[in-house]
Amino acid sequence: MLEIRNLHVSIEDKKILNGLNLTVHDGEVAAIMGPNGSGKSTLSYVIAGKPDYDIHDGEILLDGENVLEMDPDARAAAGIFLAFQYPLEIPGVATMTFLKAAMQAQRKARGEEELSTAEFMKRVRDQAGHLGIPQDMLKRGLNVGFSGGEKKRMEILQMALLEPKFCILDETDSGLDIDALKVVSEGVNRLRAKDRSFLVITHYQRLLNYIVPDTVHVMAHGQVVKSGGKELALELEANGYADYKTLAA
Amino acid sequence: MPAVKETVEQVKAIDVDQYKYGFETQLEVDKAPKGLNEDIVRLISAKKKEPAWMLEWRLDAYRRWLTMREPTWARVEYPEIDFQDIHYYAAPKMNAAPKTIDDVDPAILDTYKKLGIPLREQEILAGVQQSKVAVDAVFDSVSVATTFKEELKKAGVIFCSISEALHEYPELVKKYIGTVVPVTDNYYATLNSAVFTDGSFVYVPKGVRCPMELSTYFRINEKNTGQFERTLIIVEEGAYVSYLEGCTAPQRDENQLHAAVVELIALDDAEIKYSTVQNWYPGDKDGKGGIYNFVTKRGDCRGKNSKISWTQVETGSAITWKYPSCILRGEGSRGEFYSIAVSNGRQQVDSGTKMIHLGKNTTSRIISKGISAGHSQNTYRGLVSAHRRATGARNFTNCDSLLIGNNCGAHTVPYIESKNGSSIFEHEATTSKISEDQLFYCMQRGLSAEEATALIVNGFVKDVLQQLPMEFAVEAQKLISISLEGSVG
Amino acid sequence: MSDVTPIRTPAENALIAAFPAARKSLPGNAHVIALREAAFNRFEAKGLPHRRVEEWKYTDLRTALRDALPLADALNVADAAALAQSDSCLSSGDAFAELDAHRVVIVNGHFVPSLSSVNAQGVTVNDLAEALSTGAGIDALGTMAKADDSALALNAAFMQGGVVIDIAKGASVDKPIYLRFIVMGQEARAIYPRVLVTVGEGAAVTLIEAHQGGDGIAYQTNAVVEIKAGAKSHIQHIRLNAHGDAAIDLSSLGTDLGEAAEFKSMNFVMRPALARHQVFARFSGEHIKLDVSGAALLKGKQHADSTLYVDHAMPHGESRELFKHVIDDEAVGVFQGKIVVQPIAQKTDGRMMSQAILLSDDATMYNKPELEIFADDVACGHGATCGALDDDLLFYLRARGLPKPEAEALMLAAFIGEALEKIENDSVREALEAQTQAWLLARAVK
Repeated sequence: MLEIRNLHVSIEDKKILNGLNLTVHDGEVAAIMGPNGSGKSTLSYVIAGKPDYDIHDGEILLDGENVLEMDPDARAAAGIFLAFQYPLEIPGVATMTFLKAAMQAQRKARGEEELSTAEFMKRVRDQAGHLGIPQDMLKRGLNVGFSGGEKKRMEILQMALLEPKFCILDETDSGLDIDALKVVSEGVNRLRAKDRSFLVITHYQRLLNYIVPDTVHVMAHGQVVKSGGKELALELEANGYADYKTLAA
Repeated sequence: MPAVKETVEQVKAIDVDQYKYGFETQLEVDKAPKGLNEDIVRLISAKKKEPAWMLEWRLDAYRRWLTMREPTWARVEYPEIDFQDIHYYAAPKMNAAPKTIDDVDPAILDTYKKLGIPLREQEILAGVQQSKVAVDAVFDSVSVATTFKEELKKAGVIFCSISEALHEYPELVKKYIGTVVPVTDNYYATLNSAVFTDGSFVYVPKGVRCPMELSTYFRINEKNTGQFERTLIIVEEGAYVSYLEGCTAPQRDENQLHAAVVELIALDDAEIKYSTVQNWYPGDKDGKGGIYNFVTKRGDCRGKNSKISWTQVETGSAITWKYPSCILRGEGSRGEFYSIAVSNGRQQVDSGTKMIHLGKNTTSRIISKGISAGHSQNTYRGLVSAHRRATGARNFTNCDSLLIGNNCGAHTVPYIESKNGSSIFEHEATTSKISEDQLFYCMQRGLSAEEATALIVNGFVKDVLQQLPMEFAVEAQKLISISLEGSVG
Repeated sequence: MSDVTPIRTPAENALIAAFPAARKSLPGNAHVIALREAAFNRFEAKGLPHRRVEEWKYTDLRTALRDALPLADALNVADAAALAQSDSCLSSGDAFAELDAHRVVIVNGHFVPSLSSVNAQGVTVNDLAEALSTGAGIDALGTMAKADDSALALNAAFMQGGVVIDIAKGASVDKPIYLRFIVMGQEARAIYPRVLVTVGEGAAVTLIEAHQGGDGIAYQTNAVVEIKAGAKSHIQHIRLNAHGDAAIDLSSLGTDLGEAAEFKSMNFVMRPALARHQVFARFSGEHIKLDVSGAALLKGKQHADSTLYVDHAMPHGESRELFKHVIDDEAVGVFQGKIVVQPIAQKTDGRMMSQAILLSDDATMYNKPELEIFADDVACGHGATCGALDDDLLFYLRARGLPKPEAEALMLAAFIGEALEKIENDSVREALEAQTQAWLLARAVK
């Protein structure tokens, strides 16, 4: 599904990723863990195509196609979805309007038929119902005045509606209480499928109790320094990141 | 809002020429010679077969105008206007005044059709989804047609051109004209008083809620002409009217002057809602050509608990100089100003409002959204004042500016004058750009940079768009996106 | 603006008539005389500012300045010492009497060394009058307050004396430098002091100005303070305007800020009949932080005007402005603040707020906060509010047992307090809080 080869990235002359390699297979849920400042969020932004970064070397292949030259919207249409750690507020733009604009834009880019309004409404209602998102929230400006938990649920709602093939969850657990964490995790688990992969970025093991990964990768100093199964997360929980802070230096 | 999608498609459909109203209509024209003097003023008055007092009024204005100077306080720059190089009267040649719509030159009817303004009532009615709107069509210096006049008359509403009103209802005109914008109010208003050629007249009698939207569509067609229209709206006790104006002009290399005066009078418990979608030709990307839009608009809340609400969407004109204002004279009266001003290319906008609180417990609200792109300059200039006796006055003002690109300017110049302790004024203003993070977020969801910008801008102006009648809101939304075409990149 | 020159007022005529003699008698070498003449020509061309001059729209000096007064004479050292004993102004009314500070005393626009004492490492204080004659250390004079403004021009033409202060690179001045400006004598005079301060790179200093004079005497002052803030310098400036109740006081602060400088300035207005304080701040380096604030307590027929011009000429600058007016009786408050963001000044963060409480139906507040923005990547905003005291809050306090005057005083003290909070030096802040309390107490017992 996704293959990252020798990725070197900097921002404002500061090197963040130093030859990172990572492979995520079809249907796999891969977790990325690591201490603060190890480059986890940068990785998610670079995959999604945030313009602020300088890519010096390397490739990111989605189903064999290099996405680095693609604009963010083209990557989205190709199936990359990033659930933001801090979802943006867009005043005056109703959530519903935004959802529809995004869905139709992607369908159009892929040469698919537009959804009828009735079909669109039905899908939104179904998914919003699963996530416990009330209808009136969909009429409000996107993310404006939403609580941390509401914003995260809204990200999962968008993920469900846009049906991407590669989903990145950037610190989705941050700022969530246990109930919200369960709702969000259930939302993600419902989307697990053999043709859809996930990259779950988190600082804590807690989230991985709910979204159980197939593989766990540890990041430090802009590289993947260790990979293993889900038991690696538990090991990290017990021992902390201290060992990894010096490993790649 | 399906309009977002339409907006985006509209933007895509346009490639080079963004201004779709830039065509010219070929007509035989009756024109006054270039230049301005007392004879021209007499000629205009004679063409209109005006009563003697009107001519005297015009001549008085002209003589005062000669002693005045052009105002220079606005943040706009333009070469000196040669007032002798303008035709002050231009009208399509007609054998006689058109009695019915069938007498109107088909070329003119076609022009309006092309602009999306059908003047034949049956055509309007044929458009099923559109609600009924009465139109007064002003072509250069004359009103060529007014629709639904008869139906309105049944309700007691007078809606006609001001030239017609001078014949049919001279007493009403005489009683109210110049009482809101005095002849000597400012340079352009004085000029207008001397040479105004046509415009709309509305009278809504006591207790009548005008049964449909009224609108005037202004079209400048002739070269080297100025358009000086004059609109007068009087709404009697407890009555209501919603009025809309639209404006377009052909694409030309020369600048053309448009200096209008609009006077609104609301008596006790009356309400006037006045909306403008201004889309005069803005000039090309290098600032060549375009309309100088120097306009004086003022409403007088003369009666108790009266209300005047201005909504404007300003996307056109090379230069915009206009400050639709409210004089809040009647106790408990209310003034509102909702504005979207979009500037791109080399456009210059200096616009805002004045809310003059004179009566007790008067309230006002100002929401202004300025969007500057390209090499344009966009200024909000406004005055809120409460006089000694205007106890209990309230104002809330919100001015937001959005910058797109690094060669434009956004400026905010509010004057807030409170002369009594019981008034409460609140003013807030912000200037920012569309954040890169917002754009990235939208693009991550699949929207292109252009679509994302249109979406965010639409969100930015939403509070004001909501004030427009439905059909016009959709139209205005399209217009804003078109105006910003080419600003993202 | 009209380009027709209006008829000269008596004050303008008197100023024009006084200049030739003043030019001869006032201190200055050839260079300074040239400066004076150029400034005078600027004034002569423009005349006194009036309501059609946009920057002076709400403070019409043509009307306010009925006549120009003779210049105050210099005091000799013996006089000064004697006056120190006898004049009540000197011995009392010092709001900062208790303050542990380096003192610089300026009487009627002239530096008085015998009453001053500055003994701090890295600080030198010189008499401006001498410096004007020798030309030493005044290269920066007039470079920070350059605006084409008649008040500035008049000070440059007629400046009598004052001080030149140098803070050496890296110096951290142990206690505040307190500039005490006193107007003495029973005759109304015109006074034009000027202060030039150069703060070296990385230096830190607190500068305090207090201005006082006798009540009932319609003297006129026009003071200019220029502060050159070196890179990474840290400056706090506090000005207390407690001029006499009949005085007309014009004051200007010009500052040029170097890279990463932090500059805080507050102006506190209490007593004069007419006060106009103008601030011209220029960002000449990146990452500068500027904080300008003001508080005014006005009553009777007082008129106080604060006018700012903040020029963001470099990227990554931050400016904060907060102005508070409490206006009673028939007094008039004016706030005009202009934030300019030049095309290169990306990432500018500017926020300006003006708030006024009107305590009487006859009180007036004019607010004109302005943004002039030519760079797109900025976050700028301003707000302005004016109104009466909040009825609900007043009721709440009274329901808790506070009598109305006390409840009002409490609310007003809190309102002014938001501006005073910006003062870092505790004793200075407490002194101004005491001034506020005294004003509120006088109002409560009225």
